[in-house]
Amino acid sequence: MAREGERGQVKLLGATLSPFVVRVRIALALKGIDYEFIQEDLKTKSELLLQSNPVYKQIPVLAHNGKPVCESMIIVQYIEEAWDNKAPNLMPKDPYDRAIARFWAAFIDDKLFPYLRAALFGQGEQLQKAVEDSVTNFLLIEEALRTNRCFAGKAYFGGDEIGLIDIALGGMSTFIKAVEKATDSVLIDPEKMPLLTAWMDRFCKSDGVKEVMPDPVKHAEYLCARRASMVSPPTGN
Amino acid sequence: MEACGEEVQVKLLGGSTSPYVLRVRIALALKGIHYEYIEENTQNKSELLLKSNPVHKKIPVLIHNGKPVCESMIIVQYIDETWDTRAPFLMPKDPYDRAIARFWAAFIDDKLLPCIRAVFRGLGEQCQKAVEDTVANFLILEEALRTNLCFSGKAYFGGDGIGFVDIALGGTLAFVRALEKGTDSVLIDAEQMPLLSAWMDRFCEADGVKEVMPDPVKLLEFICATRVKFASLPAAN
Repeated sequence: MAREGERGQVKLLGATLSPFVVRVRIALALKGIDYEFIQEDLKTKSELLLQSNPVYKQIPVLAHNGKPVCESMIIVQYIEEAWDNKAPNLMPKDPYDRAIARFWAAFIDDKLFPYLRAALFGQGEQLQKAVEDSVTNFLLIEEALRTNRCFAGKAYFGGDEIGLIDIALGGMSTFIKAVEKATDSVLIDPEKMPLLTAWMDRFCKSDGVKEVMPDPVKHAEYLCARRASMVSPPTGN
Repeated sequence: MEACGEEVQVKLLGGSTSPYVLRVRIALALKGIHYEYIEENTQNKSELLLKSNPVHKKIPVLIHNGKPVCESMIIVQYIDETWDTRAPFLMPKDPYDRAIARFWAAFIDDKLLPCIRAVFRGLGEQCQKAVEDTVANFLILEEALRTNLCFSGKAYFGGDGIGFVDIALGGTLAFVRALEKGTDSVLIDAEQMPLLSAWMDRFCEADGVKEVMPDPVKLLEFICATRVKFASLPAAN
């Protein structure tokens, strides 16, 4: 068997609409890494998926030379480190800036995403509260864009180029817009969040990103259907 | 003013009962970094804490040369990357091993700790269910110690020396043991989890760790007193 090149064999187990999968696809696209994409059916998970991610049984899973890496932002950091001689660099060099990047990536996963999900599947008061909490957290990110010295005045959270936080949040762009449509709510208000709005437009049009972003119409349809099947009609108090 | 040594500019805002703070103290101790420790009263947070961690308003916060770093495992990575010529090295060098270390640290934060918190806060049946969930997650860690090529047969998750995952899990041990006493439950059963039990003993006796472990009597008092408060709260509907 011929020796595999540095790239080796890269497979991505995923689903095209998953924001977590989109994050990984963006990182792979930015680094120019070829890979085999294996679309998983989440109702009947493949043997490969169950074997590669026995703890969570979830996508995305990156398999590099047969070795699986799980959890989207861990995969993104892995891609950065395994292909560290390939531009662009997705993480800053300075340890403090790296800590800031990790902080906001964690914020997006731990504080923002749960509320987006709660909004998507919520009704009535629960929906209202989830929307308010999402907006509060988006406003914190807007504030960070405005005042944090790492980000203020730059094209991206990563500076002149897309970085970790951009991927963490930007990978969710069509998901966020689809949640807005499905719940008939406004999460990113251009008037209240001008920097975030401008950043998201810029991000979604960037090379590497635009080719892998889900079709917003399909994404909205998909989430509307999921919401309809999960949310049971109110039975009355 | 004389130039201060590198370490004089390190402050840690913490609390004596927090496993998250303990993780950071362990990392600082292992690296031999001197710092000023500031005990926070979480019922009456200091201006410095609120200013340093405006997003979460939580401990631990590491302040290095006036710049705050938040979130315990982000702080641990920051310590490792900033004092990167000082042994021990808390993260592996190989990108794949680093991804595995991050995966298990995230598992401990996302799956294990919420269950431990639920044991702490829960009463009666809720507490019992939380105990079962916690045991299930510790069993997953036992399995990883047994079968994962990165860990099996080694003294620590980090190999011959304490590493990232050891700190993530080890920081919780004092709290877990006190919680077992305070709730009259068994979370780490030596018979069901021989590897984890052996690792736990080894970790708690390691240099750097044993000096910063909290007083188990005080920790148990804190847990019991707090649980009494939870019990006296009006029952949620």
